[in-house]
Amino acid sequence: MSRALRVTAVLMLFFAPMFLVSCAKKAVTPGPENIYEQSPVAGQPDRMAPGGGLPGEQSYQAGGTDSYDLQERQRSDAMRQEILATKSAFEDEDIYFEFDSSALTSRAQAKLRDKAMWLQRYPSVSVIIEGHCDERGTSEYNLALGDRRAEGVKNYLVNLGVSPARMVNISYGEERPKDPGQNEAAWARNRRAHLVVE
Amino acid sequence: MPSKKLKTLTAIAIAAVLAIAGEARAAYDYVDISNPSLRKIPMAVSDFKTQPPDRAALGREGGELLEKNLDFTGYFSMIPEGRFPADPSAMGLTEAEIDFKIWTRAGAELLVTGLARVDSEIVELELRLFDTVKGSLLVGKRYRGWHKDMERMIRRFCGEIIHALTGEWGFFNSRIAFVSNGAGNKEIYTCDFDGANVRQVTHQKSIALFPAWSPDGRRLAYTAYGRGRPEIYIQPLDGRQGAIVSKKGINSTPVWVPGQSQMAATFSFDGDQDIYMFTEGGQITRRLTEQWGIDTSPAWSPDGSRMAFVSDRSGSPQIYIREMAGGIRRLTFSGGYNTQPAWSPRGDQIAYSSMEGGQINIYVTDLDGRRPRRLTAGGRSNESPSWSPDGSMIVFSSNREGPFRIYVMTAHGTDQRRLLSLPGEQTGPAWSPRMSETQQ
Repeated sequence: MSRALRVTAVLMLFFAPMFLVSCAKKAVTPGPENIYEQSPVAGQPDRMAPGGGLPGEQSYQAGGTDSYDLQERQRSDAMRQEILATKSAFEDEDIYFEFDSSALTSRAQAKLRDKAMWLQRYPSVSVIIEGHCDERGTSEYNLALGDRRAEGVKNYLVNLGVSPARMVNISYGEERPKDPGQNEAAWARNRRAHLVVE
Repeated sequence: MPSKKLKTLTAIAIAAVLAIAGEARAAYDYVDISNPSLRKIPMAVSDFKTQPPDRAALGREGGELLEKNLDFTGYFSMIPEGRFPADPSAMGLTEAEIDFKIWTRAGAELLVTGLARVDSEIVELELRLFDTVKGSLLVGKRYRGWHKDMERMIRRFCGEIIHALTGEWGFFNSRIAFVSNGAGNKEIYTCDFDGANVRQVTHQKSIALFPAWSPDGRRLAYTAYGRGRPEIYIQPLDGRQGAIVSKKGINSTPVWVPGQSQMAATFSFDGDQDIYMFTEGGQITRRLTEQWGIDTSPAWSPDGSRMAFVSDRSGSPQIYIREMAGGIRRLTFSGGYNTQPAWSPRGDQIAYSSMEGGQINIYVTDLDGRRPRRLTAGGRSNESPSWSPDGSMIVFSSNREGPFRIYVMTAHGTDQRRLLSLPGEQTGPAWSPRMSETQQ
């Protein structure tokens, strides 16, 4: 258990800067190091010290004083705020597929690495992975294809360290197109995996 | 509710069928439904004579219903009344009373006569089919029933006519299930074989797809998102409580396995989409596909010995056949997207849909897969074929006129016409087995 937590902590330490880079496009001219230091979440690694333990462990060791509980609540409130603030950016970024394919393109893989970082950062979050197809083809096969797309995304995230228990697949086949158009551009938008925070 | 059921049963009991004396056994050589160059047989259907004679309106209605039902089969070309050589109301009804020569000269090779004895509650029908060329009676029947049951009696006689001419019992006791989004969401509906008596079956208010009939026609299985994800519902049509079969992942394309009280469907609980056999209680008894990749859309041969299905194991969706006692072989080789297999009731053909150049069309192939024949053209999509219980017709969905609607055609692709005109779009039709009278 504590080993798993430590692995998670290390992963978080590793991924946090990358995540911050990818989210920092709106900032004016910062170098990556600066963002890391200036960001309000930059203090997080400190919380894991001493001994690389997580706050939960600390709390256990400290026996849970009132002041610590308050601190903890403030932290989780802040975390919740953060999730709310970044959730739609996470959800809006769909993973796209080629026609009749569930293979992850390199662009899809890059997006999924970002998503994995976000999920690692907020371990309390569970997601639904929706698999979708364009309207071409037939609905029975497309329901299976959508499932395959969702499963491919899930497996990729599992390989990046996201627990499978946090993810559920739902295939919608061709039943819920994002774009009602009947052209290549619309079809391309509809061949997607869409991640929804539960 | 119970009293209504009782009344229906009484009506059936009254509609006793009596063979009319002198009936000759037909040799089934009139219509060969496996012959692709099917010629339509010219037929005359007269209005029914009535007793008392002042019920002529009912006699006309009866004749028209009979003609409409028979015309649906695509076997006949109906002689218009204006070309009748004799006034049916002044004409005799039996072999001895009919001058067959004037009917053959008018082009009619088959003639149907009817008599309706009417009182305030009961109708008694006496119906006969004649071969005008041979001058002989092919089939004659007498029916009694309530006024409201007249069409059912007429449909029963239509079944007799088709049986006398083809050796098959036809589809006059069948219904068609389909998906419609007319009420805002995709729900499952049923209608008579000819599109009449539309009934909404599901009220899932989500997405309902892939209806399949139980072998007795009393239940439908389908996939629906009523609880947020695709699960299999097994729903009795008499309003009794149904069941849900739900595994992790997709629960899709349910069908009953012929000759067994078991079903087959696509599940993905282990991460791979495979076909499994399971009990109606949802207990899996057998895994039917092993290959990594998509396997879906099981379609059984009528004897239950083989299963057609769709697999992308070759890199694109194609149709395969699994022998229950042995191996798996590929059926379709032309075209890069072949799905939706439907096994013919006679067991010798498989209908399916094939996408080429962005268009989907319906094909029929023998079991060796060597000579697929295209049955449809026009519109972006003609798909979801399903056979009538006698194998003479195929129902499908098409957007040839804009929105998706339900169409029918003969099994040779002739006589294509729209079955229904409903709000929204209609897709995924499934033709029921022949039903017993009590289920109508």
